[in-house]
Amino acid sequence: MNHIAPGARAGIYHYDEIDRRFVAERVEQFRKQVDRRLSGELTEEEFKPIRLMNGLYLQLHAYMLRIAVPYGVMSATQLRKLSEIGRVYDKGYGHFTTRQNLQYNWIKLEDTPAILNALAEVDMHALQTSGNCVRNVTTDPFVGAAKDEVVDGRVYAEILRQWTTMHPEFTYLPRKFKIAISGAASDRAAVRIHDVGLLARRNDQGEAGFSFYVGGGLGRSPFVGKLVRDWVAEEDFLAYLEAILRVYNQYGRRDNIYKARIKILVHELGLETFTAEVEEEFARLRGPKYRLDKGIVEGIRHHFAPPPFEELPDHSEALERAKASDPAFANWLAVNVAEHKAPGYAIATISLKPAGGIPGDATCDQMDLVADLAERYSFGELRVTHVQNLVLAHVKKDELYDLWKQLDAAELGSANAGLIGDIIACPGLDYCALANARSIPLAQAISARFADPVRQRTIGELGIKISGCINACGHHHVGAIGILGVDKKGTEYYQITVGGDATLTTAIGDILGPSVTETEAVDAIEAIVDVYLANRSDEGERFVDTLRRVGHAPFKERIYAAD
Amino acid sequence: MPLIENGRIGEDAWSFVPDGEPVPNDRPVIISFERWQAERDRFDGRNAKLGVRLKGGTLAGAIAADLDRFALVAVEFPKFRDGRGFSTARELRERYGYTGEIRAVGHVIPDQYLFLVRTGFTSVEAPEGTNPESWANALTEITVAFQPSLDDTAPLSLLRRKLGVG
Repeated sequence: MNHIAPGARAGIYHYDEIDRRFVAERVEQFRKQVDRRLSGELTEEEFKPIRLMNGLYLQLHAYMLRIAVPYGVMSATQLRKLSEIGRVYDKGYGHFTTRQNLQYNWIKLEDTPAILNALAEVDMHALQTSGNCVRNVTTDPFVGAAKDEVVDGRVYAEILRQWTTMHPEFTYLPRKFKIAISGAASDRAAVRIHDVGLLARRNDQGEAGFSFYVGGGLGRSPFVGKLVRDWVAEEDFLAYLEAILRVYNQYGRRDNIYKARIKILVHELGLETFTAEVEEEFARLRGPKYRLDKGIVEGIRHHFAPPPFEELPDHSEALERAKASDPAFANWLAVNVAEHKAPGYAIATISLKPAGGIPGDATCDQMDLVADLAERYSFGELRVTHVQNLVLAHVKKDELYDLWKQLDAAELGSANAGLIGDIIACPGLDYCALANARSIPLAQAISARFADPVRQRTIGELGIKISGCINACGHHHVGAIGILGVDKKGTEYYQITVGGDATLTTAIGDILGPSVTETEAVDAIEAIVDVYLANRSDEGERFVDTLRRVGHAPFKERIYAAD
Repeated sequence: MPLIENGRIGEDAWSFVPDGEPVPNDRPVIISFERWQAERDRFDGRNAKLGVRLKGGTLAGAIAADLDRFALVAVEFPKFRDGRGFSTARELRERYGYTGEIRAVGHVIPDQYLFLVRTGFTSVEAPEGTNPESWANALTEITVAFQPSLDDTAPLSLLRRKLGVG
């Protein structure tokens, strides 16, 4: 196999011979498993979990292959390979997901071994992106760059990537298991809607440790993760997780797929009993065997050393001039650019939500362009966010304008990060066999309705999240406005919830009233926005705050007045 | 049924005696956990080896106090997707210090064999007609492991090490 080295400066984990050998062996293992299925040695029932643990789903029209992007961070070289695969084996597209991964929606089963080989050339794979195992760990897309960062989540996410890879005890869990880590003051990884959410912090001595939230999750029974332990020292990081997973593997329900997630176990046992079980396991596991060695942590941290930042003044004249001369750029700067910890640098969010577009979709040409831009402006590295956008984390302020002009020319310059146009949507009935309703056309219609960037900025922070069914892949429960597709006697309807929140103040939205049709849904969203604008105390009051203050009544009145 | 041990089909010295049938005194037999609970006194003074079979829902703690009576614990997988048995074996070894044979019975597939070995199983009862090659191959096809496994005494400084098996 040709191995293509990633850029040396990219802040990704750089494979060594052992990692490479492992991926090659897994590709070969899957090839044999496919053969054994074809010969009948493995039944379809036996093959299914194996296929899923290799990232291969069967959707409505074709196979979908979900590629693992560990904690959402990759190199330009890797993105270029993803683009090449999309061109050869898909229809010239890739779809970035809420799991910070990439999916191809039009894959042929017989092409998968070749695709897995192509991925292995750039140290990538599709392992554990599905199935009842510990899935790809996610983290803050601004990791290693954000001004408010306390602990670098990549280091621990990588430790988890290794520890969870083919874990002998936890590969046939009751259900899938998702872990997210945040190491900054603001939670950009939605940790409390994960099976295990980790908040990395530092104690008075400056040592890293973790708060463990367990049992969060959306789906048909949404729960906010509960605090099981406020401080787990770094050396106990894996021991504590091992304890949680062992309790879950033994006691999690296996009789009903809808009650099999750890959130139900925590709920049914009660937080106190669950915690006592975990603590009992932990007390015994704690010791040399499961102690996370300082040397290991430092060895992995070495991979994520800061790129060679130039010493720059924090103030950029070039940026100020561009801002003054180009209002569209000034708008993008205000909305899509965040503060960096290195002076003179900034974090740029590349929106994959053009007006009327499909959230998270990128053409292969766009991927190639982003790879080039990542090389030119951000040390050859980029990130995928859980709201289905991309991030260039280390851009010189002096170069932001050049970057934006090139993005804008490729329909990647939308100024809507965190605004109403920044919609999360699941694949819905256009692709997914589980969906009740289509998500994508509704997302497109809403984003077209609110296309005006000035209007979007006036409305301010307001996330819309759309799921095509109760499994909630579009995170509708935690959308400031959430939309859930339902099926009413064969017709697609949409149920609207308001007041959800995916940050540390996590909240599940409340249903506003009876479900509506697709056309009515767009009008209803606009009505909600109008009521908000009419009621907010000042421009600084966010939608969720106004909602909290005035309640549901004025919104309901406007939407359901005719009924 | 073929018995898989060390990656090969081996001789099975044990036989399972269904509940209600007489238990021979002169050779190694496996009885159900339920029978053990109901008739345990009857096995006092027995010389031939005794094994116990745990249903999928019976966790290690249930048999912990009696482990010194058994030379074998059979852990049942009701369906191969039901992974409780991996934790049961690990608990038997790590928590309760059991050193006898742990056998996987029920529905397991060769693709799980490496995980079984790494969680402390010593043998597997495979279905009739199973392909021996797949079991042999399962122990050698992946040579890298990322976490400590059962017989390791070394700490996690061995994250990403080569496996010793095969």
